[in-house]
Amino acid sequence: MMLSVKNLKVCYGKIEAIKDVSFDVPDGKIVTLIGANGAGKTTTLRALSGLEKCASGTVTLDGRNITNMEAHMLVPLGIAHVPEGRKIFPTLTVKENLELAGWTVKNKKEVKRRMEEVFSIFPRIKERASQLGGTLSGGEQQMLAVGRALVTGGKLLLLDEPSMGLAPVLVDEIFEQIVSINKKGTTILLVEQNAAEALAIADFAYVLEVGYTTLNGTAKEIEANPRVREAYLGV
Amino acid sequence: MGSIFNAQQIVNGLQVGSIYALIALGYTMVYGIVRLINFAHGDFYMIGAYAAYGAFYLFNASLGGKTGIVAFLVLAASMAASGAVALLANKLAYKPLRYKPKLSSLITAIGVSMFLEYFFSALPVIGPSYRSFPEIIPRTDITVGGAIISNYVVIDIAVAAILMVSLTLLVRKSSLGKAMRAVSQDKDAARLMGINVEKIISFTFLIGGAFAGAAGLLAGMTYPRIFPYMGIQPGLKAFIAAVLGGIGNIPGAVLGAYIMGLAETFASAYNSLIGEGISFAILILVLLIRPTGLLGEKTADKI
Ligand SMILES: Nc1ncnc2c1ncn2[C@@H]1O[C@H](COP(=O)(O)OP(=O)(O)OP(=O)(O)O)[C@@H](O)[C@H]1O
Ligand SMILES: [Mg+2]
Repeated sequence: MMLSVKNLKVCYGKIEAIKDVSFDVPDGKIVTLIGANGAGKTTTLRALSGLEKCASGTVTLDGRNITNMEAHMLVPLGIAHVPEGRKIFPTLTVKENLELAGWTVKNKKEVKRRMEEVFSIFPRIKERASQLGGTLSGGEQQMLAVGRALVTGGKLLLLDEPSMGLAPVLVDEIFEQIVSINKKGTTILLVEQNAAEALAIADFAYVLEVGYTTLNGTAKEIEANPRVREAYLGV
Repeated sequence: MGSIFNAQQIVNGLQVGSIYALIALGYTMVYGIVRLINFAHGDFYMIGAYAAYGAFYLFNASLGGKTGIVAFLVLAASMAASGAVALLANKLAYKPLRYKPKLSSLITAIGVSMFLEYFFSALPVIGPSYRSFPEIIPRTDITVGGAIISNYVVIDIAVAAILMVSLTLLVRKSSLGKAMRAVSQDKDAARLMGINVEKIISFTFLIGGAFAGAAGLLAGMTYPRIFPYMGIQPGLKAFIAAVLGGIGNIPGAVLGAYIMGLAETFASAYNSLIGEGISFAILILVLLIRPTGLLGEKTADKI
């Protein structure tokens, strides 16, 4: 199992944002976590990548307990978090944004190689290599954010609503790239409000409701679940 | 040419501005990276002056006569001492309050400042009274185009310029500089790139402190009288310079510092009281017209 989360609880001060969340992400698969606004999707990912502290529960990565390790220590272990809102460095160029993602990689030739790979996946990013990050469009910023995660060399990609604010054509493009990145061997945990798109590409799915994981199964099973169809697929 | 705007005054203004610039850079860099006005920063400058004083007597005893080497070692000592104190202040006082309300760190900064001033006054080897600063490099006068300038003017301006050019290269070109800019823009994103944010913050305090230390040495040589409260006035002026230029903005701090150095020098030539007040007047005027300072961009969440 690539990632295993057991009874995770995360608090912001006195507020329990995540109360009891458990799920597994098998090697090489795409797992999606779907849920409404405020369900705790972002908080879950932030806890996994070390940006928030866990109040209780355990997180294991490849059998190693990584609960409450610091974010910068988790990057070399293979956690690559593409955060909500993309968080591109606005006054660094596209190229500098990507170079920084290679911060923990000793071999700078390898960083160059990964950057070339990102450029071949997202040619649009290559065209804008010397442009400032803040001047990119929303879709381009999303590509750059995924690109940075790839340059870190992550083996587990945590994607927080990659479709947010994008035109439908772009959403399709991004999702296609997610599938192709996964095919090349990267495991993916995808958080989405856009449940239909997410379920279409995922192997397994979990439903997150007000801080609890309430349903789980294969993506097909979840897609067929009447409650899910009503609440998240608008059918 | 008017009597107060002559070459002599311009040179003096640039000299004062150079010292302000070295201090202002630390204010602005630390603000840029942790959004903290480090009120103890002026005291790092004082520590640089005392470290230089001690280092001079130490090195001069064994290396007497080799002025260049001694001066270089004294510069290194002043920068190292102030840098170390800045690191320590960050670690002991600011880091524990990093994600607490801003007011706590602001008050702590004032506390650190007072602590350093009183502590140094109380230390028997330093004491509260003035000390005259040794002539590390013999003072001579040079005549350039009718103006008589001391070699110290050249030294102050040149040392500041070399340090500022190095800093610019570091911040713009090196990967450490890129990490500093990344941390100042978005700490979470920087963490997700694998950057140890606390290390980068420490490094910023170190550089800022070291620059203030160098300023302390230059000021000690130029106005050869040092005392534990010597950092208050220039610290305040440099803070104003940083705000004038747009706090958080590195070129802005340098620009603000030279404007203040020149304005003060011209105004003092006219009347010394006006000279003291002019920086405040300029600050108020600029902030009325451009609340973000000359080169600053956004006003959001300052302090
Ligand atoms: N920094 C914070 N401080 C306090 N409460 C927070 C904070 N961030 C999130 N919360 C609360 O925690 C809960 C979960 O928020 P979270 O952002 O994880 O939800 P989400 O599922 O990602 O929602 P969305 O789909 O809108 O992005 C919400 O009730 C939210 O108000
Ligand atoms: Mg969210």
